[in-house]
Amino acid sequence: MPVHTQGTDTAGEPAVRKAEAPSGPRGTTRAATASRGRRAAAAPYLLLLPALLATLILLGWPLVKNGMLSFQNLNARQLIQHLTEWNGAENYQEALGSSEFWAVVQRTVYFTAANVVLIMLLGTLIGLLLARLGRRMRLLLLLGLVLAWAMPVIAATTVYQWLFAQRFGVVNWVLDKAGWHSMADYNWLGTQFSTFSVVTLLIVWQSVPFVAINLYAATTTVPKELYEAASLDGANSWTSFTSVTFPFLRPFLYATTFLEVIWVFKAFPQIFAINEGGPDRLTETLPIYAFVEGVGNQHYGMGAAISFLTILVLIVITSYYLRAVIKQEEDEL
Amino acid sequence: MKRSPFGRIWPNATAVLLFVVFAFPVYWMFATAFKPQGDIISEDPVWFPTDVTLAHFDKAVHADHFWTLVRNSVTVTVVAVLLSLVIALLASFALARMRFKGRRGFIVTFMLAQMAPWEVMVIAIYMLVRDSDMLDSLVPLTAFYMMMVLPLTLLTLRGYVAAVPKELEESAMVDGCTRTQAFVKVIFPLLAPGLMATSLFGFITAWNEFPLVLILNKGIEHQTLPLWLSQFRTAFGDDWGATMAASSLFALPILILFIFLQRKAVSGLTDGAVKG
Repeated sequence: MPVHTQGTDTAGEPAVRKAEAPSGPRGTTRAATASRGRRAAAAPYLLLLPALLATLILLGWPLVKNGMLSFQNLNARQLIQHLTEWNGAENYQEALGSSEFWAVVQRTVYFTAANVVLIMLLGTLIGLLLARLGRRMRLLLLLGLVLAWAMPVIAATTVYQWLFAQRFGVVNWVLDKAGWHSMADYNWLGTQFSTFSVVTLLIVWQSVPFVAINLYAATTTVPKELYEAASLDGANSWTSFTSVTFPFLRPFLYATTFLEVIWVFKAFPQIFAINEGGPDRLTETLPIYAFVEGVGNQHYGMGAAISFLTILVLIVITSYYLRAVIKQEEDEL
Repeated sequence: MKRSPFGRIWPNATAVLLFVVFAFPVYWMFATAFKPQGDIISEDPVWFPTDVTLAHFDKAVHADHFWTLVRNSVTVTVVAVLLSLVIALLASFALARMRFKGRRGFIVTFMLAQMAPWEVMVIAIYMLVRDSDMLDSLVPLTAFYMMMVLPLTLLTLRGYVAAVPKELEESAMVDGCTRTQAFVKVIFPLLAPGLMATSLFGFITAWNEFPLVLILNKGIEHQTLPLWLSQFRTAFGDDWGATMAASSLFALPILILFIFLQRKAVSGLTDGAVKG
């Protein structure tokens, strides 16, 4: 299909161009645009076609399939024998009726909220610090941030397992030396709270650089005159922050917060690779829960229903942002 | 600006402290990878290794199927990123330069696609791939990785294409170029840095991807490095030296790419995608 695009553009044009050539540069462009007319009208759609096809087949189809699976009774037996057993809304009834599911939802929401608050708070503070530092110190801090940012997730997860290892882990050694002797051989993956602490630290460590560096980049775009005007009006550093810097950064902070909500909510490798949702499935967030129920326990239909509900929760949480994004697009065009 | 000595010192002191906090895990990974076993399992950590050994790297590289997995990871990542770049380039040109009905709808579609929760779609994808008898193959993996990085690539590239002044293209067309020629000769060279920066995020996503390969490819010779790394420690019985060597090998290509391309990529990301 994209071949056609090439055809309309290359084959069609030279003829037109030659014919119109004498009428001068301005007129040429306009006349050419007009005479290309209908053939050119198809061009954008042809250019978009590969991307649309890919989205439909590789994203749309799995989503539809997920919806269909969620209405099926699909366990190990049905899977092996290729049976399709529809069971209506039973999966949903079972999921929504179980206290376990709601416990996971609650856990996921708290986990996401805690992480996002930490990420945005620390990211903003570090971003503002970057703006205040001298050149050399800023480069140093940027280097540290970029290292953490660039670290591949699974590599980072593995390193954190080593940092928090029960025997010979650095963290336990430091805590012990700092006077907290009961931590000398502490098993961080032994309780729900401590496992979540490690995961949170890992996610915050990985996500703060994105916020901080982008926020710093955004502060450099604030016009200097605004600060001068503010200081002429007698603003101190705090009021010039609230009246100049903050309003400038607000759209950025807003967008970033929602992106972080989405990213943390979906976090899979960090939690799964560090302890597979353990101990006792107590650190399973919604994506992990769907995976363990569906794939681990071979209740694929049930897993699909949980997946669908997860997507629903995600949409509800981020709907406000989605609406704003769509509206912004509308305004720009 | 007048500032008290305290006001001058604390930002710098905080910066140093933060540098240590952010850089330490990465440092510790490399440090452990090069340390002899005795320094790794010592009651007091050896902060700066004095004896350096390559034994752990030797062990990691000679782990079963290591080179097969490297080849798989590289193939899947490179092909997925290149495909998405080509597809995204076509689409971004239309979205940035042309006016047509439904344009807003397309942009919003890709924005939503960018937020697709792949992590919870793995069950459905597993069923689709299984029903087409493609489990334990790199083809579906590549296709889905391509799709994972496509929306962001497309939206970011749209920003880069839009940033190229329209006049450049128009004057090229006045000089006798067709629109396609104008694109290839004028816009494309200007886009090259943007393309590199955009592909960085694609590389990172595809190189790191974990849940999908976890469910699709059970055969070891069809897996990729993230899966191998996540199981390495268990397979080698808490051999932290070898595990950190494996992590280092896995992280190094991305760290190098990132440090080189980071600056361009950051501005691209904020211009193109986050802002919309």
